[in-house]
Amino acid sequence: MTQTVGAEAVIARCRAENRAALVAYLPVGFPDLKTSVRAMEILVEAGADIIEVGVPYSDPLMDGPVIQRAVALALERGSRVADVFTATEAVRAAGAPPLVMLYWNLVLRAGVDRFADRLVASGGGGLITPDLIPDEAAEWIAASDRTGLDRVFLVAPSSTTERLQRVTRACRGFVYAASTMGVTGARSSVGSAARDLVERTRAVTDLPVCVGLGVSTGEQAAEVGSFADGVIVGSALVAALTDREPEEGLAALRTLTEELAQGVRTGR
Amino acid sequence: MTDGRFGAFGGRYVPEALIPALEQLDEARSKAMLDPGFLGELDRLHRTYTGRPSIVTEVPRFAEHCGGARVVLKREDLNHTGSHKINNVLAQALLTQRMGKSRVIAETGAGQHGVATATAAALLGLDCRVYMGRVDTERQALNVARMRMLGAEVVPVSTGSATLKDAINEALRDWVTNVGTTHYLLGTVTGPHPFPEMVRDFHRIIGVEARGQILDLAGRLPDAVIACVGGGSNAMGIFHRFIDDEGVRLVGVEAGGEGIASGRHAARFASSSPGVLHGTFSYLMQDDDGQTIESHSISAGLDYPSVGPEHSYLRDSGRAEYRYATDEQAMRAFELLCRTEGIIPAIESAHALAGAMEVGSELGPESLLLVNLSGRGDKDVHTAARWFGLLDDAAADGGGDA
Repeated sequence: MTQTVGAEAVIARCRAENRAALVAYLPVGFPDLKTSVRAMEILVEAGADIIEVGVPYSDPLMDGPVIQRAVALALERGSRVADVFTATEAVRAAGAPPLVMLYWNLVLRAGVDRFADRLVASGGGGLITPDLIPDEAAEWIAASDRTGLDRVFLVAPSSTTERLQRVTRACRGFVYAASTMGVTGARSSVGSAARDLVERTRAVTDLPVCVGLGVSTGEQAAEVGSFADGVIVGSALVAALTDREPEEGLAALRTLTEELAQGVRTGR
Repeated sequence: MTDGRFGAFGGRYVPEALIPALEQLDEARSKAMLDPGFLGELDRLHRTYTGRPSIVTEVPRFAEHCGGARVVLKREDLNHTGSHKINNVLAQALLTQRMGKSRVIAETGAGQHGVATATAAALLGLDCRVYMGRVDTERQALNVARMRMLGAEVVPVSTGSATLKDAINEALRDWVTNVGTTHYLLGTVTGPHPFPEMVRDFHRIIGVEARGQILDLAGRLPDAVIACVGGGSNAMGIFHRFIDDEGVRLVGVEAGGEGIASGRHAARFASSSPGVLHGTFSYLMQDDDGQTIESHSISAGLDYPSVGPEHSYLRDSGRAEYRYATDEQAMRAFELLCRTEGIIPAIESAHALAGAMEVGSELGPESLLLVNLSGRGDKDVHTAARWFGLLDDAAADGGGDA
């Protein structure tokens, strides 16, 4: 396997180009495994810098209706957790670091060390864990230290300075700043809370800070990219694949990703 | 690892966004439990609103079907709103006020917790929204009407299995969005710390009262304390005061649904292994990938794929034992209590009665059993009438409670 490039290095390269990184999320298995993997390759081709590979879960309590529907459909169609490794291999081969976003029980069930080893073997760069706080993550911190995988924890507008310190100290790769209080999904405006949170987070860490929740257009990507190190887009990309024939969905996905990639290149 | 562990179980598996609210809640409830003002107000509500202490009733005619054991029921069914749920709800509603919040949200399965929450919200002037799985809104239509009558908004949840677990997902999504103004009034001894410990403490009064009452009545401690276990709040409430009484067996009864072999049940301890759901690490019905498996029970209140973490601890440490009653066994116990004692139990509580029939047969006529009758069966009249074929065809097809 070729030397893998980590998320932090990719964000540093973007910073050298005076722009934010585009971090694009899609779940494995939606609308089917093959199309989802192809869709992630298209994200890379169309200008996404880092791919957040989602794993469908039966109880996605941080997700809004668009992602809920997509992952429920993927599960109905037989999506399995191990499919994620097919996706990470493909994304790595396409030239971007894949970070896996998943709910913690899926890792626990597989075994934390075993999951980490399989992730490394399939080119995965690390994990984003929306329902795992560092306080509960001793096993994962040990496994990621052993394997060198990135571990991305979340901070939120409600986080106190003490929490920001605690969470960012545990992160590697970047810090995921949830722009608003709430679940995933497109919002008409991302709001000033995101800017405040990025500033407060930067005050306690040197790690890059990427902003997620609510970004759906090139314009919003430009706005968020003006102050954050990375712009995370999820639901809008999933929506592009929803209720469309695969080829039509993939074309819509490419167009939207190009718009978002343009957005992060014009923000500053 | 955080506080709030029961051995390996419990913890806080939630989005970071909720941590400040959980810390605020933990601090507020810790202070409140030492504050004579809070405890005095709660005690006043227990006495003058709920109707505490709830009585105990010895049921000799029912006991004839329990191997001749003496059977005493703790009558939480006689509480205002019809179940034990009000104990926890009033306390959390008072805490909501003390935290300066104006809105409560709740999940409900059978509707008992939703009704109790709507009641407390009306009493204390709080806005209230209750999430309820669509399947449950249909089988518990009477309770939906009761909540709406009390001024609560009831939101049917159609995602997933459209039952209790999905209502909790939706309540958690609401909470993470509105956490500044809203308290999530969780109805059972599960969820992230401090909920399992706090809800247990607010129900502990059940066992405290019952222990004194049975000593007065029988002059000795019971041989077994028996309660049904969904999330497990009524069971923790009656068990806790007896944990140090080593001679007292603590028996939890889960919902066996259509039998373990059918796969359609909610007998977590009979079939599952630990995992994380809804913020806590506990026994969980899950597949090889860690996806939650849907539970099944005739009783909406026991129809939940996980169980409070303290029960997992009591089970693994051997202090409590868990068995299950199938739909069939629970409904037989339901009918027996109606016919022999003139008490219509909630179908949830009928599982505890079915457990008592087994435990009494095992322990024999010298034994003394304390059973938590956690709720009354008014809400279940339609389900029971259909089960026993007591309705004419048109009414049986109607679906709603007459």
